Amino acid sequence: MSTPVYIFKRILQALPLLFLISLMAFTMLKLSPIDPLAAMRANPSVSQAAIQAEEERLGLNKPAPVQYAIWLTSTLQGNLGVSTTGGSVAIRLMQHAGNTLLLNVVTLFFTWLIALPAGVYAAVHRGKFLDKLFGLITAIGMSMPTFLLAFLFLMFALATHWLPIGGMTSSDFAERDTLSQILDIAYHLIIPVCVLTFVSLAGIQRQVRSNLLDVLRADYVRSARAKGLSEEVVIYKHALRNAINPLITLLGFEFAGLLSGAALTEMVLAYPGLGRLTLEGVLTKDMNLVMASIMLGAVMLITGNLVADLLLKFTDPRITVE
Amino acid sequence: MVSSAAPQVSTPARVKADLKHTILSRMWKDKVARAALIGLFLLYFSALFADVLTPYGMEFNDPNVGNAPATLLHIHNDNGELCLPYVYPVKQENDPTTYRQTFSEIKTAKYPVKFLVKGESYKLLGLIPMDLHLFGVDSPARIYLLGADMNGRDNYSRLYFGAQKSLTIGFLGLFIAFPIGIFYGAMAGYIGGMADNLMMRFAEAVMSIPSFYLLIGLAAVLPLGMTSSQRFALITVILSFISWPGLARVIRGMVLSIREEEFVQAAKSVGMPEVTNIIKHVIPQTASYVVIAATLQVPNFILAESGLSLIGLGIQQPDASWGNMLKAAMDQPNELLSQPWLIAPGFLIFFTILCFNSIGDVLRDVLDPKLSGGR
Repeated sequence: MSTPVYIFKRILQALPLLFLISLMAFTMLKLSPIDPLAAMRANPSVSQAAIQAEEERLGLNKPAPVQYAIWLTSTLQGNLGVSTTGGSVAIRLMQHAGNTLLLNVVTLFFTWLIALPAGVYAAVHRGKFLDKLFGLITAIGMSMPTFLLAFLFLMFALATHWLPIGGMTSSDFAERDTLSQILDIAYHLIIPVCVLTFVSLAGIQRQVRSNLLDVLRADYVRSARAKGLSEEVVIYKHALRNAINPLITLLGFEFAGLLSGAALTEMVLAYPGLGRLTLEGVLTKDMNLVMASIMLGAVMLITGNLVADLLLKFTDPRITVE
Repeated sequence: MVSSAAPQVSTPARVKADLKHTILSRMWKDKVARAALIGLFLLYFSALFADVLTPYGMEFNDPNVGNAPATLLHIHNDNGELCLPYVYPVKQENDPTTYRQTFSEIKTAKYPVKFLVKGESYKLLGLIPMDLHLFGVDSPARIYLLGADMNGRDNYSRLYFGAQKSLTIGFLGLFIAFPIGIFYGAMAGYIGGMADNLMMRFAEAVMSIPSFYLLIGLAAVLPLGMTSSQRFALITVILSFISWPGLARVIRGMVLSIREEEFVQAAKSVGMPEVTNIIKHVIPQTASYVVIAATLQVPNFILAESGLSLIGLGIQQPDASWGNMLKAAMDQPNELLSQPWLIAPGFLIFFTILCFNSIGDVLRDVLDPKLSGGR
């Protein structure tokens, strides 16, 4: 099957899945006992008419199936609706998703930058001091809750005043010039990126190491060595290339988690990301907002798996997609 | 040793017992696994006997010492000589200009730390009425080894009561999620065809919702005004709900290959009903994977519970859980340096997960050498 046909088929398969997800998410939200207009109702100075107008605007006065139908048609037309607090869901989602994406892409970059060489080194120098040290660090990393690490970094920042305490920008951000704004964001990204990198590093380093160890035992590696090839060529040209496949699947998973993986870290560090926005949405029963962010997360997950499968086909011609 | 004259026959039961024996002894030989097993034993023991081991009950509060720092244990008397530990009561003062609370010791009378004292009454294991505490001091002095929270409750004691929630939720979750996951996966794999297809699409749909969003969405569904044990039970159900599909998918894959094995086909051909066949022949084959997956799944439950409670959707006050105790740290990050004990529950979560992961790793090496990946 040619690649475009395959992609088309996968997208077709994803559509009923997305429909099912939206139905589940909608049911979940409708079951929640939170009243989105509780604050307005509790305020005696807000008139009945104003509340009714608000219900009308948010479509809350219609039966649930009708609400779902309205949501579905407007979403299919590309209109994500309005948020309870006013303003377009699409714009709010874009801002926050952008922040989360920035954080996670930087994390992904550093994770692989460190994990790949560290994994290769550990596999080649198996049992040596550094391998054991990496083993210990990854064991800690795999068990470390992100929020605990975030707290520890916050304490470090409080003690030294070298790093900002949470947030994404300084208070005078708007008055700065572009270069200084970029530097300010980078400065605020240090803690969240360190936290997330440390935690996700562990799994990938272990995976690289164990894949490479498996491959280094293969017959063709022995043949390559017997031919008299240098150790570098054996490892980087023969072994590593064959050990890369499971890592690509892993990369697909990581891509899928780009938007939702860092939610707790974002909340602890007061980073204005999608996780915090979704939590706010759930707590105020902001239907359009929560539906949109859940659907966005699901689309990312499905896309991530598809991208991983395509990458696998690209890197390994033995694999055929079907 | 007296041995029977007849040659030993290895009955299936015997083989099973031997296997169990070797698994446990091989784990015990591994230093890391042994340390982790001991660590977990201590944690669960502390949670089980929390009432005895702690000086105060979970809801005991002294509003006069809200946010008080850890009680100082003095071991020198007035002449500077070593003596049995004693404490002073503390007094709270508010600085009128900075609005900061300060605490100072009232050094008029010493209150020695007593062991096995009578204190608040409780029911040990929910059954035996008792009022004995491992240690404590006389009122009005307080022994708060890790300081007080904002309501004047003892953080140290609450860590033990929090452990009861946080540590059991992992296992309770397993008992719900695993039977569902295993049976669902086994059914889908065994029946095959259209039913398999539909069942797996549904599992995929659950898996395709980012788990944290699903978690907060489901937690928001919980009705307000439930009792704490109802809430605890429902949160366990929620955690199970997001974790069964992954297991079901793997089990299905395993069942697809197991059902082609001769012994399953043989049982089928002599007329064994399908459900019996699945339960008796197919599911037991997945046992070693399930055991490993279970060990590695407990940390996820613990993490999910603490994450939920941390953002205020999980276990609610006045109940303690490690997650909702950490909430204090999240709400007042600027106090982290002056009250570093606020993140103590985080370290306990870390330690618990480390133990489970270490045991899971060793268990994998022991049960399934194929999976160990050259370690």
